[in-house]
Amino acid sequence: MDACIRFENVHKAFNGKDVLQGVSLEVAKNESIVIIGQSGCGKSVLLKHINALIKPESGSIFVDGNDVTSMNFNELTEVRKNIGMLFQSAALLDSLTVGENVGLALKECMHLPENERKDIIAEKLSLVGLSGTEQKYPAELSGGMRKRVGLARAIATGPAILLYDEPTTGLDPITADRINDLIINLHLKLHVTSVTVTHDMTSAYKVGERIVMLYNGRVEFEGTPDETRNSSNEVVRQFINGQSAGPIQMN
Amino acid sequence: MLLFKAIYHFKSIPRSLGLIVDQCFMIGNKSVPLILIISIFVGAVSSWQAAYQFKFIGAPLRYLGSAVGKAVVIELAPVLSALVVAGRVGAGIAAELGTMRVTEQIDALESMGISPVRYLVMPRFLASTIMLPILVIFSNFIAILGALVVSVFFVHISYETFLNGVRFSFSLSDMMGGMLKASVFGAIIGLVGCHEGFQTSGGARGVGISTTLAVVISSVMILISDYVIAMVLFRM
Repeated sequence: MDACIRFENVHKAFNGKDVLQGVSLEVAKNESIVIIGQSGCGKSVLLKHINALIKPESGSIFVDGNDVTSMNFNELTEVRKNIGMLFQSAALLDSLTVGENVGLALKECMHLPENERKDIIAEKLSLVGLSGTEQKYPAELSGGMRKRVGLARAIATGPAILLYDEPTTGLDPITADRINDLIINLHLKLHVTSVTVTHDMTSAYKVGERIVMLYNGRVEFEGTPDETRNSSNEVVRQFINGQSAGPIQMN
Repeated sequence: MLLFKAIYHFKSIPRSLGLIVDQCFMIGNKSVPLILIISIFVGAVSSWQAAYQFKFIGAPLRYLGSAVGKAVVIELAPVLSALVVAGRVGAGIAAELGTMRVTEQIDALESMGISPVRYLVMPRFLASTIMLPILVIFSNFIAILGALVVSVFFVHISYETFLNGVRFSFSLSDMMGGMLKASVFGAIIGLVGCHEGFQTSGGARGVGISTTLAVVISSVMILISDYVIAMVLFRM
């Protein structure tokens, strides 16, 4: 497998509590994988290791063959330019307009002139179905619209890797499905490598070519959506069926 | 550490000029009404208190302007303006950056390859360091005006006598000393506000704690550094 992202025995703890306890995982170029698991199991923490927003206690994370855990800030900046991220809360800068949010990296990192930025902003907003919202502020948008703006911002610089942190959480089923369609369309149109973190199984089956389940800080299961549906693993069965009884206990 | 990182990003000043000007406006212009009000009363009360003490020790009132002018320029305007700006601007910076921290906006900047120190800290640090001395010049002027009004209407000395006293004691080195103090205080306010904002965790409660800490730490550091600068600059 031509690995685009590789985790090697990654450990991470917060305040003495082990969250990741030896995660090893590979994501192939142009693959779309989904990481599932109970709330608080470390899915988002794992995702934020890819663009080094969080550093591991031990282990390595390779992105396109380069270990991001040993990079300095300037080297990381170059890697991060190639990774777009949609945050759980969209994380739009609320002092900036939608257009300024989408064009932020184009202005601050790529130093593109205003007219070029305008064209790209309009194109990316149109891709997520939000044409004409450039002058609005995040506070004027619904949750689903914010996520779509976050998505437009994530793809603005044309990254090769897209990270989605709980893209459908807090959205109604129809808006959530629209976000899923967007993720699939972007994956197909832009040929990006996608890593999606979710506990929404409808979304996981729809957007994932491969599903990875985290449990007790390790990878418990890997398989296609069909293999996940038909898995005999008790942990996987309990999670995908949403049952309170089983090996997974409350955090 | 944050100070050195902010200074390192001074090399990006030309391309961050817009951000710096925005912060100068937020920190400087928007503090003007507050500085105006406190300065009038600082001048007024210092004039009244000085006249009261002059009367007690039997000192001639023609020196009232000298005493008030000196106190305002080297101590009262820089310190009181800084404490008020710490309350308004320092708390504002800590609350804004703290909210950005807990809502992942700072992570979002980093994920785009934008240095949060360059984008958020350096402009605020620089703007507060530049704008506080300017606010203090304004404060000096207004405080002396406030003192003049009280001296003329309530202490009953002529405005010529008061202004002659101010002129008599005025020295450029005192003025520069006051400005230097203000610059240091501005740097403290900007840096402590940013540091506390960046350290925020735990949601709304965390933002509240950071905001309070920013004001408390800035105020204490302003008074300590005031003493140190005074010992170095104003030797007897």
